[in-house]
This record gives sequence, C-alpha cells and structure tokens, in this order.
Amino acid sequence: MSLRSPLGKVRGLGSAKEGVHHWWAQRLTAVALVPLVIWFVASVCSIAGADYEAVRGWIGTPVVSILLVLLSIAVFHHAQLGLQVVLEDYVHTEWLKIASIVLVKFTAVALGVATVFSIVKIAVGG
Amino acid sequence: MASHNRPLSPHLQVYRPQLTSVLSITHRATGVALALGTLLLVWWIVAAATGESAFAIAQAFIGSWIGRLLLLCWSFAVFYHLCNGIRHLFWDAGKGFELEIAYMSGKLVIAAAIVLTIATWVWGYSSMGAF
Repeated sequence: MSLRSPLGKVRGLGSAKEGVHHWWAQRLTAVALVPLVIWFVASVCSIAGADYEAVRGWIGTPVVSILLVLLSIAVFHHAQLGLQVVLEDYVHTEWLKIASIVLVKFTAVALGVATVFSIVKIAVGG
Repeated sequence: MASHNRPLSPHLQVYRPQLTSVLSITHRATGVALALGTLLLVWWIVAAATGESAFAIAQAFIGSWIGRLLLLCWSFAVFYHLCNGIRHLFWDAGKGFELEIAYMSGKLVIAAAIVLTIATWVWGYSSMGAF
C-alpha cells in the first residue's frame, strides 16, 4: 500500500498542456504555407523554361532565398506531421508504425537540411 | 476482450460515398502525394546547387512528358490541398459546418483547384513563349 496521495501519483505524469501541440503545429505550418505556396507556384510559372544561370540567379536573390528557406522548413515540418497521422491511422503493427514514423521524421529532416543547404550555397555564390 | 465486439464506423464497404467523405480522403491522398512530389523539388534545388550537368539531368526529366505529367498532377494536388486546407481552417475556427455550406464549400474547392491548375499551366507555357 502506498501512502502517496492520488494527486501526488499523477503529478508530473498528466497533461502538460501539450496535448494539442501536434494539431497546433500542423495548423501553424498550414497558415504559413498558404502565402508561401502561392508565391512559389507563381514564381515557378514566371521562370518556366529558364536556364541554369537564370535559375541560380533567381534562387540567389536575397528575398527569394529567404522565402525558399521558409517554404522548405514549413513544407517538411507540415509533411512529416501529416504523414505521421496517416501512419498512425493505417499501420496497426506497433513496431512497423514506430519504425515508419521514425523513418519519415529522419527523411524529412535530411531532405529539409539538403534543400536549405543548397539554397544557401547558391545564395552565397558557391 | 469485449472491445472486439464494439461496432466500427464507418464501414467503407457498405458506406455510400458522399462528396464530403470523398473530399476528405482526397485531402489525405493529395497530402501524401505532395510529400512524395517534394522529392522532385528537392532534386531540382540540390541539382542547381551541384552544377550545370546535374541541373541539366533534373531539367531534362522535368521537361520530359512524364515529368510534365507529374508536374500537372502535382500542381492539381497543390491547389486542391491548398483550397481544401483553407476549408479545414474555417472548420477549425468553428465555421461552415452546416450541411449546405459544407457541400457548397466542397464544390467551390473542386472548381477553384481546377481553375487554378489551368491558369497556372497557361501562365507557365506563356512565359516559355508557347503562345
């Protein structure tokens, strides 16, 4: 028999007011992506058919570089949050679910870093 | 366990598809497709940072008929997910749950996605000097 009170047992284990964190992050990135995606699609339309130097010149423009980095971060964060929910809903084998979510998260970080690095490399003239 | 006998809902085999449920699963499907499509975008930017020959390979793939077909699907998925995502944000704010409004906004999303996709391709081809 434990002498700890019911309150003492749950203290530190219960809600840390973070239950909606995933939901909130998904919405915040969604709101950020609305203008970023519209800007990106419009930009790609206007440079359609541009050659290597022109594309690099466009990516390297400071405003474009900054917006592309913001877009990459928001896209990969939003994508991995969404894929996580899809995997949680449809993969019912526990180890496979965990493994696939970990793979998605690692892949999102790796691709995000690769994209941001490439943008910065072009922007600083590498 | 007793929980095995609990009713499940909705049972997709006996559940008549509705506009709302079809748009809902399409939102997921386009989300997954966009996540995969992002690989093309990553390839394009990494290739531009790598060098002229790497960029030429990426550009040749994107410019091929299969690349353009993927881009067409990708652009529709972008606009569908964007418009329906905005519809979801209204729901998150507690607005638009009435049945007629949910159907109306659903039809609006489909129309907007189609119009925006066509407009994008007209713009893209015209800036390449196709017209």
